[in-house]
Amino acid sequence: MKIVLDHVTKIYPGRVKGSPEVRAVSDFNFEIPDGKLIGLLGPSGCGKSTTLNMICGLEAPTSGRVFFGEDDVTDLPPENRGVGMVFQSYALYPHLTVRQNIMFPLENLKGSEKLSKEVMREKAEEAARLVQIDKLLDRKPGELSGGQQQRVAIARALVKRPRVLLLDEPLSNLDARLRLQTREEIRRIQVETGITTVFVTHDQEEAMSISDQIVVMSAGVLQQIGAPQKVYDDPVNLFVAKFLGTPAINVFMGKVRNEMLWIGDEAVLQVKGVEDRNVYAGIRPEGFTLQEDGPLSLKLVRIEVMGRDTSVISTHGACEGTTVRSIVPSDAKINNNGGYVRFALKPYKVHLFDTTTKERIYFGAQEE
Amino acid sequence: MDKENPKAWLYLLPALIFLGIFMVYPLFDVLVYSVEEGYNSASQTFFGVGMYNYAYVLRDPYFLQALKNTFILVIITVPLSTGLALLISLGLNSITKLKEFFQTVFFLPYVTNTLAVGLVFMILFKKTPYSDGFINLLISFFGGSTVDFIEGPYWAKMFVMCFYTVWVVLPFKILILTSALASVDPVLYKAAKVDGASRMRIFTKITLPMISPMIFYLIITGFIGAFKAYSDEVAIFGTNLNAAGMNTIVGFVYDMLYGDSGGFPSYASAAALILFVIVLTITVINLLVSGKNSRYS
Repeated sequence: MKIVLDHVTKIYPGRVKGSPEVRAVSDFNFEIPDGKLIGLLGPSGCGKSTTLNMICGLEAPTSGRVFFGEDDVTDLPPENRGVGMVFQSYALYPHLTVRQNIMFPLENLKGSEKLSKEVMREKAEEAARLVQIDKLLDRKPGELSGGQQQRVAIARALVKRPRVLLLDEPLSNLDARLRLQTREEIRRIQVETGITTVFVTHDQEEAMSISDQIVVMSAGVLQQIGAPQKVYDDPVNLFVAKFLGTPAINVFMGKVRNEMLWIGDEAVLQVKGVEDRNVYAGIRPEGFTLQEDGPLSLKLVRIEVMGRDTSVISTHGACEGTTVRSIVPSDAKINNNGGYVRFALKPYKVHLFDTTTKERIYFGAQEE
Repeated sequence: MDKENPKAWLYLLPALIFLGIFMVYPLFDVLVYSVEEGYNSASQTFFGVGMYNYAYVLRDPYFLQALKNTFILVIITVPLSTGLALLISLGLNSITKLKEFFQTVFFLPYVTNTLAVGLVFMILFKKTPYSDGFINLLISFFGGSTVDFIEGPYWAKMFVMCFYTVWVVLPFKILILTSALASVDPVLYKAAKVDGASRMRIFTKITLPMISPMIFYLIITGFIGAFKAYSDEVAIFGTNLNAAGMNTIVGFVYDMLYGDSGGFPSYASAAALILFVIVLTITVINLLVSGKNSRYS
């Protein structure tokens, strides 16, 4: 089932009289294709949970419409939308066993949809098998680990075979190892069931690793939609460039003169088709290559060995952050020339942005 | 930590001394009094040891009346007050406007003096040569015949008694239940909504089980409190409760000790121990039932 958000806006009134209203989500336009896994990504307070709640029906948009397929569901309550939701804290009913928790949505069915006890038990067991908790059906949630509780919550959301599965920060309460495992699990379940799934996260690695598409939001405004690699390689503005990628992109104050990018006193890269102007130059950590006569020289601070590759930490006067982090292969030889290292830049790892609008400026071979 | 550490006993000593003198010794003493037949408090003598005091108390019509009154009071007021408190708390929990105002109103009886409230009830219910009382005025306004609630028929007096008790115990229960309701994680309600539960099912399947430990707590303390009723009766019907036919078990104990027919500590002790056994039995039953229904981690 594809989901369409059509000019969806959510405005909260000010808490006290006279205080300004809060624009949580602003004119959100987006179509989520059928059967895909979508990551809603953004920093805290960017409106991603509000967006999820509006898809779910827990919150009504101030304006705009929400469609599931061809059905306008804007005015439907959550129970009539055919959605399953996994909450950040899982929201399992603590007094019910795992089986009762999973059966709860089925027991609420009324009229012609009403199921017999046996069918309900069968469906609950089927959902439990899907998330591999069929051995734990008679336990209470308090007797389960965080990861197991997470699976129960997913089983409960799936048991009614929803048209849309929504997950709110599904991995944030798990430890690092379990997080890795669970995100693969979510991907597996999504592929197995083919249910259109939207999940919210502030962790870009999480979103990029399992999503078919990611939706980057900031301050209630949609920034960019696309396949994870595409958004990473081709950010439309400085926010997206900074938000995606660990370690983060390095941002320099620079200027373009005669189609050359200058950082400090050095002309570092040819940028065809860009007129003379001041720019922000974002360079991915992997965009640096060690080269003895490279155009960019950085003051070396220290070298961090990470096994597979090596992090070179350095400083530069024009850099926006305190340090510049570049990643080079661990077998590369780092020439320390009086406390400086020299780098050449990979053109496709360098992104230019307007200094006022922060929008991307494309150059040379980079396609629009 | 070493369980036999003598220091631990030293730290416990103050509490042990106080509990020993003011709790354990009197309890033991009551037991002794209750089996001493014909005990005379002036000469400190008695004829013998046996169960006569219990037999006497259980045959005393005043005691049987007090027992009956107490049981009626308990059976009517505990479920009624708990149910009402739940309804009012649910109401308070679902409004936002004037919430504080209503909370204050419902909490007022808790901070009001029992005797002052008793006086108000007298004015509301009592028939005097000058006035029929406010409630009777209402009754006659709607065409009913007036009733003397304070000195009239038994059911009328029992009605006032129950009404008063419910009114007095309500605030505490509302206080406990509103905080219990507020402590239910709101995300559970959201989840239930997404799961398609009706309002009724959300209440019976989620709200009630989540606050059930508090409800059981209120029922247990409510039973104990109602079994110990005495001062409220005095506030409404005066000190001669036997004449009014509205005595309670605690009232009977008091009368046996200090009342006009008093001076019988052995009978009082026997009655007190009977009350103790009743309360203990009911509490154990309550705990067994609640243990089965509200255990979750």
